[in-house]
Amino acid sequence: MSQTAETSSAGLPADTVWAEKVSVTSKLPRWILMLGLLALFLGLWQGVTASGIVSPLILPSPADTIRDIGFVGRNLTSGDYMLPALWVTASEVVWGFVLALAIGVSLGVLVGETSFGERAVMPYIVAIDTMPKLAFAPLFVAWLGFGIMSKVALAAFISVFPIIVGTAAGLHAADENARMLFKSIGASRLQTLVKLKIPTGLPQFFTGLKIAAISVVSGAIAGEFLGGGAGFGELIRVAASQLDTPRVFSLIIYLSLLGLAMFGLVSWLQYRFVFWQRSSNSISAKTTRTAA
Amino acid sequence: MTLASVATAGHVARPVYELSRVSKVYGERVVALESVDLTLREGEFHSVIGSSGCGKSTLLKIMAGLTPPSKGRVMLAGTPVLGARADIGMMFQQATLFPWRTTLQNILLPIEVREGRAAAEAAAQRAKSLLELVGLKGFETTYPSQLSGGMAQRAAICRMLISEPNVLLLDEPFSALDEITRDFMNMELQRICRERNASAFLVTHSIAEAVILSDIVHVMSARPGRIVRSIAIDLPRPRTLDMATLPRFGAYVSEIRELLDKGAFL
Repeated sequence: MSQTAETSSAGLPADTVWAEKVSVTSKLPRWILMLGLLALFLGLWQGVTASGIVSPLILPSPADTIRDIGFVGRNLTSGDYMLPALWVTASEVVWGFVLALAIGVSLGVLVGETSFGERAVMPYIVAIDTMPKLAFAPLFVAWLGFGIMSKVALAAFISVFPIIVGTAAGLHAADENARMLFKSIGASRLQTLVKLKIPTGLPQFFTGLKIAAISVVSGAIAGEFLGGGAGFGELIRVAASQLDTPRVFSLIIYLSLLGLAMFGLVSWLQYRFVFWQRSSNSISAKTTRTAA
Repeated sequence: MTLASVATAGHVARPVYELSRVSKVYGERVVALESVDLTLREGEFHSVIGSSGCGKSTLLKIMAGLTPPSKGRVMLAGTPVLGARADIGMMFQQATLFPWRTTLQNILLPIEVREGRAAAEAAAQRAKSLLELVGLKGFETTYPSQLSGGMAQRAAICRMLISEPNVLLLDEPFSALDEITRDFMNMELQRICRERNASAFLVTHSIAEAVILSDIVHVMSARPGRIVRSIAIDLPRPRTLDMATLPRFGAYVSEIRELLDKGAFL
């Protein structure tokens, strides 16, 4: 080896380096990539609508949509009729989430911590989880009326399952070694729960909570579609029936902000409380539903 | 088997652990342990060695009161073991430090669980001197994610020692570490045991580790798990790593290896 190295190294520069292949996109800042993709999407959209192959009633132009987003924004900030509607939907989302949290954590602890819950209750929860939950909407309307309660119930019903699963799976997350250690230092069941199982399970609990935070908005809107009311879902339904597609688009944009706010709140809480597991990419909801 | 190897010259030390006819059967027919008799005396270091699945970890769990025996009796310091005991310190292959606790809080966990938060705070000074003992001074407020594997195991040693146990039960405590670190940690372990006159019972699958540390090595066979022979290791204390080059050391290693080879085919 030394022989060939010596003979062939003559005439070569002292630093004989070579570059690793790096893709162009990995070198650019992220915001440039994201803006570029958005511009490409809007350009394609504009091209399709300008060509006239699709009726503006079916697909409005980006310009029309952006104009309407401005209109809805002004309506909301000036306290016009849309603000109470947003308030109604936001209330449904928040109360639905609170209800799902209360029921989800209770059932999750029952299933995750007791053998009765795991063996007798869990199969029923899995069975209900596999049902098409939106089909229950007429029942909630029949039971709770056309007011906000039926929407809160549907929103909670749809978002409760990821919380149950996240809580139960979290309580099972502590490994054999950790359990043995707690046993060997004579920890009581409550001490093991509080000092071991709950902190160990927090990441999985928050994963369930993130999925719930997104689905709770869908639940509230579906409830409004199917049960009337005075929220944003109702505004979307009315706009669609009037073929006001730009309005439908802009209302969806504002609704997505509501979902984003819920998701952001949960992500912040996770960052705050699960400080030992702060990933650089905590914004991505890991949709693992292992225990189901 | 003689107990002449015990360092306490002249008299026989007080027994710490006395196991008689300890058996463990899982289900109806899986015999994990069959009629194990052994006596661990004060200040003694024993190892149990055997292939994977021979029941040596089960034996340790029974001694620690983490799982009940199917038959037989386990006595510790004159009273029967009927559950977890405060006079035992335990260590496992994984350090099992909790990432939401600082190193100091991890070490104080046994005190916090047994005697409450105030007692744990009162023991902080003791925990700090333990950290100093294992060379982790200055890492009190560090979280485990910032400790190396060897450092984490040293912190686990501190946690084991914080409640001042008379007897240490060690389940392959350093087998996840690299060999250089493991040798060093074993010598640390010896020093700590000598300083406190603690008795220790080590589960290992390293013959060299068992010989260098132990006064007595118990060789176990698998299915059913039985102690086929207990070998007294007659090497001077304190042991040093270069004793591994002694002919006597090699003789012990080959004696144990031969027993293990036989056991595997029985």
